[in-house]
Amino acid sequence: MSTLESIANQEYKYGFRSDIESDVIPKGLTEDTVRLISARKNEPAFMLEFRLKAFRHWQKMEEPHWANVDYPAIDYQDIIYYAAPKPKAKKKSLDEVDPELLKTFDKLGISLTEQKRLSGVPIAVDAVFDSVSVATTFKKDLLKHGIIFCSFSEAVQEYPELVEKYLGSVVPTTDNFFAALNSAVFSDGSFCYIPPDTVCPMDLSTYFRINTEGAGQFERTLIICDRNSKVSYLEGCTAPMFDTNQLHAAVVELVALENAEIKYSTVQNWFAGDPKTGKGGIYNFVTKRGKCLGDHSHISWTQVETGSAITWKYPSCILQGDYSKGEFYSVALTNNLQQADTGTKMIHIGKNTTSTIISKGISAGKSTNAYRGMVSMKKSATNARNFTQCDSMLIGSNCAANTFPVIEVQNKTARVEHEASTSKISEDQLFYFRQRGIETEEAMSAIINGFCKEVFRELPGEFAVEATRLLGLKLENTVG
Amino acid sequence: MLEIRDLHACRDEKEILKGINLSVKSGEIHAIMGPNGSGKSTLAKVVVGHPAYTVTSGDILYQGKSILEENPEQRALDGIFMAFQYPVEIPGVNNANFLRLAYNAKRTFQGQEELDPLEFDDLLQEKLKLVEMDPSFINRSVNEGFSGGEKKKNEILQMAILEPQLSILDETDSGLDIDALREVANGVNKLMQPDRAMILVTHYQRLLNYVQPDFVHVLSAGRIVKSGGKDLALELEDRGYDWVIDQQTAEV
Ligand SMILES: Nc1ncnc2c1ncn2[C@@H]1O[C@H](COP(=O)(O)OP(=O)(O)O)[C@@H](O)[C@H]1O
Ligand SMILES: [Mg+2]
Repeated sequence: MSTLESIANQEYKYGFRSDIESDVIPKGLTEDTVRLISARKNEPAFMLEFRLKAFRHWQKMEEPHWANVDYPAIDYQDIIYYAAPKPKAKKKSLDEVDPELLKTFDKLGISLTEQKRLSGVPIAVDAVFDSVSVATTFKKDLLKHGIIFCSFSEAVQEYPELVEKYLGSVVPTTDNFFAALNSAVFSDGSFCYIPPDTVCPMDLSTYFRINTEGAGQFERTLIICDRNSKVSYLEGCTAPMFDTNQLHAAVVELVALENAEIKYSTVQNWFAGDPKTGKGGIYNFVTKRGKCLGDHSHISWTQVETGSAITWKYPSCILQGDYSKGEFYSVALTNNLQQADTGTKMIHIGKNTTSTIISKGISAGKSTNAYRGMVSMKKSATNARNFTQCDSMLIGSNCAANTFPVIEVQNKTARVEHEASTSKISEDQLFYFRQRGIETEEAMSAIINGFCKEVFRELPGEFAVEATRLLGLKLENTVG
Repeated sequence: MLEIRDLHACRDEKEILKGINLSVKSGEIHAIMGPNGSGKSTLAKVVVGHPAYTVTSGDILYQGKSILEENPEQRALDGIFMAFQYPVEIPGVNNANFLRLAYNAKRTFQGQEELDPLEFDDLLQEKLKLVEMDPSFINRSVNEGFSGGEKKKNEILQMAILEPQLSILDETDSGLDIDALREVANGVNKLMQPDRAMILVTHYQRLLNYVQPDFVHVLSAGRIVKSGGKDLALELEDRGYDWVIDQQTAEV
């Protein structure tokens, strides 16, 4: 058998399920479900209005279908829309968190105790378990700087005016099918506000964990970075292995005011489904969008997508402020029967706005990997610039990679540059390493790291190490 | 050091090596010559364990033990090195990092500590001088955009770093201009030691003006049809290969 053709899979090591008693509402979705969720969360009237508006719109929408991903119809009445660990997860201090939950996160390598990381730099974590945030670390320290970092539910109670002002301001409830669904039923997520003239002293992060079988996860993240401020935000995710598919439809909204900078990094490792049959796995339909509202603001998305059965995700930037800057750095890896359709949209509105897109797609096994990118230069976008580089790497001969760039230019002074390439890891390249005493796995990892280096460079230190390790694991035995 | 016994090997069901016998001892340099397509590269790749080839019968002994069951990286770590006829390009992988990876794989195998990039750089600079190679190549991707001659030199650089017991150089002389040929040959001579051995695959005699072989073998259609001393190479240069092959067919 040819080395490049034998495909196996590393066992998914986060596939365990924790035995935690949950408060679960019955399956199905009606207006009453939406009201029930809002009531459970004791929400003010504006929130219920927001949800109902979204729900009513969603009912009139049709689920989108794309040429490049293929999956059986989702039965939206067969999903649990609210699952929360019991007893009620709102905690005053970390000491009150269910030890079983702490253990779960510990097993995932996420410390919910406020210890320093190996590097000595602390990281604040908001841990989301099924539908709710169970713990947020370093909250008090951050508050001393005026930084608000808490669960979304808490923000709704404590800072309703901020939530009301910005929620849905980047991703309107009517934006798309999954965003509308999320707006109607989302149960929790993370909220962050950085006040003016503040550089956030530590990285902030959210860790998502789906635990309950049959539960959808619909979380909402809202990050607002005020004038002259700066924050780096990290997001990680895992889920147990189930035979059934699970829906993850999140919405992330970023708002950068004048001269503010938000860096949002994701290392996504949802369960991808059974490597042979494709059974199970997460459907990851996520709407992520940032608005560079102020002049000279800057939003940067970096993502390493390795998991999920299906990924549909386009972190985007609306470049409204003059001289604002949007960046998208992405590595999307698909193996076995995974499908990924990912990319970005850069909407240039302000003058002298710039955007950079670096997309690296790696496909192995029988997977398909598509890049879909849109660069739109509106009439007002005088002297706007975009640079796009889109590279695909194929491992073996049963996978596919496609790119679908869309470019719209309404301003003559705007400039768009696009570069693309496709390469393959060849048997002879691997043999070259082996003849020098270097094992196949190490060879693969050297080649992949070389291929991804422009993206890895953008990740915060520990995340870069994690991402490298993860890609290595995911590709283990893709050549055998 | 190396003992090849009645070796038969095929690729895609097609038999290419049809009974090779060859014995190489420490301190010896063997030249393997022969027309294009006779199986020289195949022989080299089979010895280093290229997965595209299957050994159907016969044996390869290295330091007294059969290596047929060993994977390529194992054979490499045991001290067998091949300089490729067409070194492959590896975009994105920095040449210095690649060399260090290879060197450290060997150190680890020998129970020594790995060298960090700074320590390794000292070694690298020294070896660059030995093979008279332009230092700028080490900061480029492995073989990417290298000229034919630069690729060959890079192979010799790797050989200098790994210091193998047995080196098989597959047409390392082809595509080199006269200066580069001399530099490569100098490097090869410096790397030859009494406890090491080399097999030079070539179909010109010109490399052998610089590197003196102890034995010359002629390969034709997957068999060694004639062996001799270094004079045989000169005779081949004069008379071509046909007479050897004719002689051989006459004998059969
Ligand atoms: N990739 C390949 N697939 C099938 N046959 C091959 C391949 N490469 C070489 N061969 C065949 O193997 C024989 C020997 O080739 P090779 O060992 O490269 O010869 P040499 O190095 O002496 O020129 C030739 O007949 C050639 O056609
Ligand atoms: Mg050859």
